[in-house]
Amino acid sequence: MKIIKSGHIVEDQWTHLDGESALPSGASVTVGLDRLETLPESERQIVSQLGVRIGPDEDVTRVKAHLHQLDLVVLAMNPFTDGRSFSQARILREQLGFRGEIRASGDFLRDQMYYLHRLGVNSFEFAGGTDLNDRLKAFSEFSVTYQAAQDEPQPLYRRRG
Amino acid sequence: MYQYDHHDQTIVNERAAQFREQTRRFLAGELTEDQYRPLRLMNGLYIQRHAPMLRVAIPYGLLSSRQLRMLAHIARTYDRGYGHFTTRQNIQYNWPQLEQVPDILDCLASVQMHAIQTSGNCIRNTTSDHLAGVAADELEDPRPYCEIIRQWSTLHPEFAFLPRKFKIAVSGAERDRAATQVHDIGLQLVRNAEGRAGFEVLVGGGLGRTPIIGVVIRPFLEKEDLLSYLEAILRVYNQLGRRDNKYKARIKILVKETGIETFSRLVEDEWNLIRDSIKLDAQEIERVTRDFKTRQYQTLPTSDAQVETLLAGNKEFAAWHRRNTVDHKQPGYRAVFISLKPHGKPPGDMTDAQMDAVADIIDRYSFGEIRVTHTQNLVLADVETRKLPELWKELSSLELATANVGTATDMITCPGLEFCSLANAASIPVANGIQTLFDDMDYLYDLGEIRINISGCMNGCGHHTVGHIGILGVDKKGEEWYQITLGGSSANEASLGERLGPSVARHEVTGVMEKIFLTFKDLREGEESFLETVRRTGIEPFQERVYENH
Repeated sequence: MKIIKSGHIVEDQWTHLDGESALPSGASVTVGLDRLETLPESERQIVSQLGVRIGPDEDVTRVKAHLHQLDLVVLAMNPFTDGRSFSQARILREQLGFRGEIRASGDFLRDQMYYLHRLGVNSFEFAGGTDLNDRLKAFSEFSVTYQAAQDEPQPLYRRRG
Repeated sequence: MYQYDHHDQTIVNERAAQFREQTRRFLAGELTEDQYRPLRLMNGLYIQRHAPMLRVAIPYGLLSSRQLRMLAHIARTYDRGYGHFTTRQNIQYNWPQLEQVPDILDCLASVQMHAIQTSGNCIRNTTSDHLAGVAADELEDPRPYCEIIRQWSTLHPEFAFLPRKFKIAVSGAERDRAATQVHDIGLQLVRNAEGRAGFEVLVGGGLGRTPIIGVVIRPFLEKEDLLSYLEAILRVYNQLGRRDNKYKARIKILVKETGIETFSRLVEDEWNLIRDSIKLDAQEIERVTRDFKTRQYQTLPTSDAQVETLLAGNKEFAAWHRRNTVDHKQPGYRAVFISLKPHGKPPGDMTDAQMDAVADIIDRYSFGEIRVTHTQNLVLADVETRKLPELWKELSSLELATANVGTATDMITCPGLEFCSLANAASIPVANGIQTLFDDMDYLYDLGEIRINISGCMNGCGHHTVGHIGILGVDKKGEEWYQITLGGSSANEASLGERLGPSVARHEVTGVMEKIFLTFKDLREGEESFLETVRRTGIEPFQERVYENH
């Protein structure tokens, strides 16, 4: 499946595991937040990359103890009007210092991608049949921003002139 | 007033272009109604009873003559020749075509205006004191901070999908004319013990179905911390505010359910993490403030012979001067209200011709600027006292000199049943019915200052809960009935009105109001205002009179 990652359309490497099914050795795998917290060290070591999926109603700071082992945090958005995922992205980047991949998945609009990108979300996973080339345009609808964010370290009031 | 540079202009242009594309996608079937709804709302576009309604932002209520002419042009070209000024200092158009809204946004952008975040679950237009910058009781002009907040909140990436709408008001004067206690966040400019100006921060106020007076969360906030503190409150709210029930989703419910101590600890914890990374620079405050200090006042005598003669000899001029003008911090100037409440007309409405004429008038009399008040009137803030007689004549000929500002016929009303799909009952005809009691203007003036607020449903857009007299329309088995409350206020001593008794039928409202006014006249001591009397006597004497034959 194709996704958008760092502004490019690329083949996705990740498998999202549901429930308690065994972790495939050597794969890139995400699990839910509850499972992550109880995942034995041995299982963490058999995958090549480990990721976690966080719903909008879950406390994002719960991943703090595991961040050093995580390559991907998936923000499972649903419904798209639930704006908690936006704060989760910001907290992951700015307060928890996560440098890996943050992905938006689930129910989000093209019109939210620019905001998510500004907050540090750097990959986007879509439902089948989505025109990814069209979605790429979402990042360039605005050329000026008032606030500092992940894409721009200074607020506009320090950049005018 | 604040002047856009190319950065500000680019954002507004690009937002208009984005909305044009969103609307195209919706009309082409690429966006569902559910997907388009929050996108159009965040640009002020409602689908209403008859047609879409477009709400245009008037940041802190301030307009230039050029902008007012554009509002007239839009009313004439895209609507039915009028616009409706709202309690949030904005303007609404009730009859635009959906397909034409992108063109309207382009018109607005050409005069540094927009409809960004005038609806939807995001940070709305920041409102302020309509006498900002000219009031004698002012510590500091609040508008530069409103503009700084406008910029910070515009297209804020984190806070576009909040649990519910979010409203901020800023006041810089001793007398609170911005209703800061009934906003999600109220900011009051104050001095600390060292004499430095900063903000007292209130949180969790609001009207609507569950009216609540805001509480102080921080007695003093340094100016440099303004944006980081707002951001901390918003982040706590965005994460913890209820999303299961839209009627419990405002921050006031979160503050109430969490308790102010716990809520403020959560905010302070968040704030401590971010306060050093989001400092508001003094240079930025200075830059924005400069745009609000462009007035070149003349040195003028306080009084004027012609004005004094008219005050003594012309009853109509004297009434207008008394009701529709107020003191100015600069000697020889007064602030002049234009009442948009002529008896028998929809409160807050203005025609395109009136807007064009007023644009010319403010160019000649008030530095080319005008303000919208939250009571749905307009203010020319900087009029030379000696020019009042000629201004009065000009406004009279435009039917804009109704001398009723602050009186019983200067009512706040929501659009009501005729226009709004939420309303249960009419508002405007009820207001017009009450106005018929006052064919004799002397009777109106005798009653003094009375704020009557009317909402057509419990969402409370007409601010009925903070009216000295509040009138709330309710549906009773398909009929329009009205609940009356007494003793509300959104000023410094804010209070919520107390319910008078059982609701009354629509045809009874005017008669009930007459009884309330008569009771007040009987009870009043000296020059007491209506609110003072109600606070002194309680509502019982009014109940007895109104329900004596029930």
